Amino acid sequence: MFDFVTATPTQAPPRHRGHRLRRRLVPYLFLLPFMVLFVLVLIVPLLLALDLSLYRDTLARGQIFVGLANYFSILDDSSLWDGLAHVVAFGVVQVPIMLAFALGLAVLLDSGVLWGRRLFRIAFFLPYAVPSVIGALIWAYMYGPSFGLFSSIAHAAGVRAPDFLSGRMMLVSLGNVVTWEYTGYNMIILYAALQAVPRDVVEASWICGATPWQTALRIRIPLIGQALVLTAVFSIIGTLQLFNEPEMFKAIAPDVIGDHYTPNLYAYTLAFTDQQVNASAALSFVLGAIVAVVSYIFMLATSRRAAGAG
Amino acid sequence: MTLPHNSLAGGIGRRSLMAGAGLGVLGAAAPVVRRAAAADPLTLTVWSWVPNMQKETALYEQANPGVTVNVVDVGQGFPHYAKIEDALRAGSGGPDVAQIEFDMIATFLQLKAFADLAPYGASKFSRDYVPWAWQQVTRGDHVYALPWDSGPIGQVYRKDILDAHGMQPAGTWGEFADQALKMHKDTPNTLLTNATFDQGAWTTALLWQAGWKPFTVDGDTIGIDVSNAVSSRFAAYWQKLLDAGAVDAKPGFVTEWYEAFDKGRYAIWIVGAWGPVFLQQFAKSSSGKWRAAPIPQLAAGGHVCANWGGSTLAVLKQSQHRSEAAKLATWLLHNPTSTRMFATDQYLFPTSLALLNDKAFLETPYPFYGNQPVNEVFAAAAHDVNTSFQWSPFQGYVQSQMGIELDAAANGRGTLQQAFDRLQKKFVKYANEQGFTVKT
Repeated sequence: MFDFVTATPTQAPPRHRGHRLRRRLVPYLFLLPFMVLFVLVLIVPLLLALDLSLYRDTLARGQIFVGLANYFSILDDSSLWDGLAHVVAFGVVQVPIMLAFALGLAVLLDSGVLWGRRLFRIAFFLPYAVPSVIGALIWAYMYGPSFGLFSSIAHAAGVRAPDFLSGRMMLVSLGNVVTWEYTGYNMIILYAALQAVPRDVVEASWICGATPWQTALRIRIPLIGQALVLTAVFSIIGTLQLFNEPEMFKAIAPDVIGDHYTPNLYAYTLAFTDQQVNASAALSFVLGAIVAVVSYIFMLATSRRAAGAG
Repeated sequence: MTLPHNSLAGGIGRRSLMAGAGLGVLGAAAPVVRRAAAADPLTLTVWSWVPNMQKETALYEQANPGVTVNVVDVGQGFPHYAKIEDALRAGSGGPDVAQIEFDMIATFLQLKAFADLAPYGASKFSRDYVPWAWQQVTRGDHVYALPWDSGPIGQVYRKDILDAHGMQPAGTWGEFADQALKMHKDTPNTLLTNATFDQGAWTTALLWQAGWKPFTVDGDTIGIDVSNAVSSRFAAYWQKLLDAGAVDAKPGFVTEWYEAFDKGRYAIWIVGAWGPVFLQQFAKSSSGKWRAAPIPQLAAGGHVCANWGGSTLAVLKQSQHRSEAAKLATWLLHNPTSTRMFATDQYLFPTSLALLNDKAFLETPYPFYGNQPVNEVFAAAAHDVNTSFQWSPFQGYVQSQMGIELDAAANGRGTLQQAFDRLQKKFVKYANEQGFTVKT
């Protein structure tokens, strides 16, 4: 059964056709379970959504084919651009802060200066294990302007807590929740990459008299550049698709969140409260295209820089 | 107790949706086993989020051997409606009987979702339900649903707070405004009420009382008159109180809001008849201090009320067992045993006239309300509900936009009047996109 693994072309005698065919087919057989699910839960729904986006299902006139009209009207819809402006402003500030924290913690854990490393590793990772909906609900409670945890503490101390749910503070408050949730996740990825840095390189730096700080800055971090790019791309995609946290905050701050605070929230509202499934499908494709373009540009920019540096 | 469908926003609704979906899978599998035993086996599916409804359906199963009733909770409010819409689009997969709130009937009629219950004998019930509710479920001679529970509005108030200010519950909205201004001046940390503008249904109920007729639907022609003299008066009234800081405009049905009531920040909750029992669950520490009173009137001595919340049961046209489903719905909502059970066990405020005039129901004392028989207050209100109100055929959108626009305005983004003007424009645009001929 495993002959295709060990066989090399030089030692293999001419084989039957069946054998060769089987050899070619086997990898695809292994891929089959993945492919079936991939097609069923990704490709087919995508095609259905694409089809949906070309029609307009109306209450009075039934379904009408409208071509690209849904796309034009969504691109012309200020609600989409408002939401996009929020997530861009959010991402520009939150993603670097979160990744800096994650990197700092990963280096700290990897450096070996901490005792109880395992405990801290789990503790930092724990927020990611809390479902984001629950996490957002807990934070929403703590942010409460009259009876929330922070305002109660501030009240006891005789000061006024900032209004975490006001229009000005909302992005900061959301950013805090997302940072709390995903720092640990990113830390684990970066920590794993740091652990994979060859020991001989690190030892060489010690022998050359580098301080731990210098080793981290000059040796370890540059060597995990790819992992950093990966976490950045994940974070960018996550930011553009921000949904759970603002959806949870909508109940406590409806005047700030409204129905289109982020593009995904707007897509959800269109589909599930406004009965505009077709517009929602079009918006989803527009958002998907934006995510793809932004991620691609980011990867291109970082690989250029890496190439330039090398 | 049936809440208006936008009242439990966000997480709770979605979690119950997921739990409901899980139950659905299990529930669908069970009847197959039972079917073999019965002589004339039949399974009817009911989609509803009323807790413990199996109590009533079990009685029906006892009385009708061979019928199995499968109650599935697919989510509360919008998730529930979205699934019904999906089933309509697919042409099958929906329940035989569905819970539909009063405000969503017009929306589903536009989708031609319901079977007419008149051929199954429902027409003869016209005098058995409170008039406004019967008007809401019928169109001409057709009966498209049967009224279940309701929420005629009134004031639920803290007697101790009003007493401390030397006040009685206001009889008119004019008095109500004076009380709000005075209370704010005397005790800045205790306000007369919170105006839950984020709840489109709350605003709608008050406008309904004031004679607002925002939509007139005639087939595919729709009249939209959202921003008019009634809404302008309403906007000016609340704008004055908001600008003076005499009322809050905090979002409802969230932790902060529950705590505010429990801790005595607000003296009055303007709410439907389901409110008194609901309040007992979250304002425990103030038990015994609450009372109920009728809603203030526009003119002294008036008797005009409106409704917030409440549901019906409808039979879907796509059901394979329309006649049996109609029989089940009729039994649940017309049989005295079942209707009384919903009122006493599940605390659904009834629409059945027999119950609304029933001595035992009316005189039930509520310890939370100092043993006041609060049902009397709301039963009287039920008879006074203005019968001419019509909902839009796209209520999901209307409800959500009203909440968003008015809540933003009440919290300093423009004025309520501007919000009504924006809503008018939005609804006209939406109706046009949906293929309606719009008259304004």
